[in-house]
Amino acid sequence: MSVTTPDSLPNERPVKLKLGRDDLMMRGFILVIALYLIITLAFPLYAMLSKAFSTFQFDLSQIEFQVSDESGKFDGTILSAAALNEQLNAIPEDEMATSSDGRLSLTPLFPDFSFRSPVLYKIRGTTEDVVYLIGSDRVSGTDWREVDSNTFRRIVLRPVQSFGLSNFTTYFSTPSLFRSIENSLFISIVSTIVTVSLAFAFAYALSRSCMRLKGVFRLIAMAPILVPSLLPGIALVYLFGIQGMLKEGMMGESIYGPYGIVLGSIFFTFPHAFIIITTALAISDARLYEAAVSLRASPWKTFWTVTIPGARYGLISAAFVVFNLVITDFGLPKVIGGQYNMLAVDIYKQVIGQQNFEMGAVVSVVLLMPAFIAFAVDRQVQKKQVALLSARSVVFEPNPDRKFDRICFTYCSLVAIFIVGILGVCQFAALIKFWPYDLSLSLKNYNFDVMDGGGWEAYGNSIKLGLLTAFFGTIVVFIGAYMVDKTRSFRAGRGLFQFLAMLPMAIPGMVLGLAYIFFFNDPNNPLNAIYGTMAILVIVTITHFYTVSHLTAVTALKQMDGEFESVASSLKQPFYKLFTRVTVPVCMPAILDIAIYLFVNAMTTVSAVVFLYSTDTALASIAVLNMDDAGDVAPAAAMGMMIFYTNAAARIIHLAVSKGILKRTQAWRLR
Amino acid sequence: MLQLKKLALTAIAGLFVANSVAAAELTVYTAVEAEDLKRYAEEFNKAHPDIKINWVRDSTGIITAKLLAEKNNPQADVIWGLAATSLLLMKSEGMLEPYAPKGVENLDKKFIDKSTPPTWTGMDAWVASVCFNTVEAEKLGLKAPKTWKDLTKPEYKGHVIMPNPNSSGTGFLDVSSWLQMFGEEGGWQYMDALHENIARYTHSGSKPCKLAAAGEIPIGVSFAFRGAKSKADGAPLEIIVPEEGVGWDMEATAIVAGTDNLDAAKTLVDWSITKEANEMYNTGYAVVAYPGVAKPVKFFPDNLLEKMIDNDFEFAANNRKAILEEWQKRYDSKSEAKS
Repeated sequence: MSVTTPDSLPNERPVKLKLGRDDLMMRGFILVIALYLIITLAFPLYAMLSKAFSTFQFDLSQIEFQVSDESGKFDGTILSAAALNEQLNAIPEDEMATSSDGRLSLTPLFPDFSFRSPVLYKIRGTTEDVVYLIGSDRVSGTDWREVDSNTFRRIVLRPVQSFGLSNFTTYFSTPSLFRSIENSLFISIVSTIVTVSLAFAFAYALSRSCMRLKGVFRLIAMAPILVPSLLPGIALVYLFGIQGMLKEGMMGESIYGPYGIVLGSIFFTFPHAFIIITTALAISDARLYEAAVSLRASPWKTFWTVTIPGARYGLISAAFVVFNLVITDFGLPKVIGGQYNMLAVDIYKQVIGQQNFEMGAVVSVVLLMPAFIAFAVDRQVQKKQVALLSARSVVFEPNPDRKFDRICFTYCSLVAIFIVGILGVCQFAALIKFWPYDLSLSLKNYNFDVMDGGGWEAYGNSIKLGLLTAFFGTIVVFIGAYMVDKTRSFRAGRGLFQFLAMLPMAIPGMVLGLAYIFFFNDPNNPLNAIYGTMAILVIVTITHFYTVSHLTAVTALKQMDGEFESVASSLKQPFYKLFTRVTVPVCMPAILDIAIYLFVNAMTTVSAVVFLYSTDTALASIAVLNMDDAGDVAPAAAMGMMIFYTNAAARIIHLAVSKGILKRTQAWRLR
Repeated sequence: MLQLKKLALTAIAGLFVANSVAAAELTVYTAVEAEDLKRYAEEFNKAHPDIKINWVRDSTGIITAKLLAEKNNPQADVIWGLAATSLLLMKSEGMLEPYAPKGVENLDKKFIDKSTPPTWTGMDAWVASVCFNTVEAEKLGLKAPKTWKDLTKPEYKGHVIMPNPNSSGTGFLDVSSWLQMFGEEGGWQYMDALHENIARYTHSGSKPCKLAAAGEIPIGVSFAFRGAKSKADGAPLEIIVPEEGVGWDMEATAIVAGTDNLDAAKTLVDWSITKEANEMYNTGYAVVAYPGVAKPVKFFPDNLLEKMIDNDFEFAANNRKAILEEWQKRYDSKSEAKS
């Protein structure tokens, strides 16, 4: 028996066992799920990256002319467009780089050109694949075409595709696009600081005071997770818009822009920060506080020397999660951003507004950077986290303190009012007939079928997507986590898998969605058939939310001793028997958590699916976006609230089911 | 056993019968309003019950992006009801099948593609207008603007909203019409002045009118169809057709090159330009391609037809990229238009 110390936990079992059938099967499983992640994550990202480097350029050497005299006679001299441009420098080099939709007029090559002149022109390409337009007619090939002057001015050259960095040069030299980086960073940093501070104070009040209604506060703090991120934007318009209920509160400033984005971001990221910080505060050791008291440290000093250092990893984690959520979110700035450009909205504008897929890919690459950095730093910090809670720790129990409790209660009430208020405003707006002119109540806004966005069918689709994602996602994630955790040796495979499983956290949904278009809509891709179906939505949602689900599963599995496997193999039981009879029942609470996490997120996600849904698979969250976009703000609020109620109901069912299952499968936990 | 066989046979026979009713299925891409689609398919099936339409509907920008993304592997058979400027993009990519539908000579020339044979035919026009909220305007003491130039007056500062041409087809048709009416230089000068008054630019073309209807911003540059609908919903709107003239685009129809169902596609396109079809378009749109069909539509301004400019679609399509770049350079880089 070797003695294990916390510093040198063995990575592998001391005795190397011979590979049995079980091991091979488990490795097979790992490879299958890794392959799944490669196809649904690595390949699409690669397709997107290569799109970002796919450039379009006008190639003048492809075009040749003949010019006639005034009487329309040609003397047979052939002029190359490239040579002409070299002489005249009519079209500067930097105008040669363009997008897939570029068109270049050729008249600047002829300084004395006039569309009234009787001069005739002949034009041809030097290779078969040259494309130019006469008006809007597409012409290609090497045959001479004769046109009069008036038609000649309607000729434009189309670009050829090549590979290079010119998309990036264009991007960084377009001030409006470049500015988005600044804006995105600014908003994300401000939102992060404010949200983390607020969430910390909230979590602190809940764990360190003896105020009443803690359960209610906890429930309310979690509510924003149940709605799409753009819903607070809609509520803020009703509250602080020009016809808003509290418009005076803005003191002349416009809610459309940074104020709105930051306020909305605080709302939708609050629960994420709250969960992480609560966990961090929960593991504090009462002995440290006792020591502080006996050393006569002031409460203020205790706070800075005991509380904050103990929670610092949680705070850093929370900060990165919030930062990532804000910088990659697209729904909120689209609804309330006004003219304030953000990276995620730029991708949408480039792709949907201008059909410039290449530039969309470039912005995606830019957006990947901060998200990736944040992710990498966070991973490093996580590694440093050491166990604060040792076996000898004493759980901190707060003592009643009337003044402190009252302050905490007031603060939590204010936050709760903010959260409930936002949701309440949306529900109220949804029931008003025609704000602000006709305040009578009506259900008219629930008549989704006559609006853009897919109607009630979209709502049904969303539930379907949620259920399918929860079902298949949980199976894939849990089996993957099990194999990674319990397979013996096979480090390379496990390492690769672990990396792939962590990657989705760093990929903004927009980027993933765009990558899916490039990859799955390629006619040469055998998986092309799933493009435009429910299947692709399920796959993209599972991939998008893979990391957190995976971590939940791994955490639960880590609690199970490896001895189970040893016992099973010494009893000559195959691993799948152990898996179904022991592992799954023991981990049931975690499995249910993964399922509900996937369901709720599938209901609210916008960013990953906005490029991928089709008419038959319109979704409720997208309908909120589209209805707001079309100006049907009240119906958008109504649909947003439907998502909220559905998710709340799902949570309640989840609670009830968990309780029932816990009773049956977790009885062993009680002595 | 024998009975089972019989049952199977009847079932198979049943399948054949069912199949022969819908001899062809067409995948039709469209940007027509959701509420009109069912009606369009029903009317078409009255004449041709053997062709089933599978709609793929989305807003103009998204459908255009989708079609271009599927360029090398088209999923659509027919495009029925998409902006002509978008169809011109597809045409320049060689994505459309040239076809002169039966009876195309009956249509107003403005509504037919200039190539022979044409690659697309128009259905109805979709005309720019200004939505003006009379209640809010009175509160603010604003007079109704009569011309585009009026909108640049200082009194309207922060009270005008328009769609961003980079994301909205309506926004682009406004910009391209100003450039055509006021000339290149005059057009940009006008937009410089207008920009001072714009509260913000929206992503969609109908939102300015909806916002005007809701009183959020009293003046919304949008299109007439949307204004008429909001007015019918009870919004205190006046729909203003600026005197200089208004830009417009049309909803148009085309066959996607490479379709497996060319005959059925032709049947659909033939029907789409008939008088009956145009009468059907007229329920929502005041201006349709078939001369003499249009009856006035409730709440539509009367002088709309005469104010429509002679829109040069080719100019708009071939200069689209340059115009949008210039626009973005001038107005999009300002972080926030201060109101």
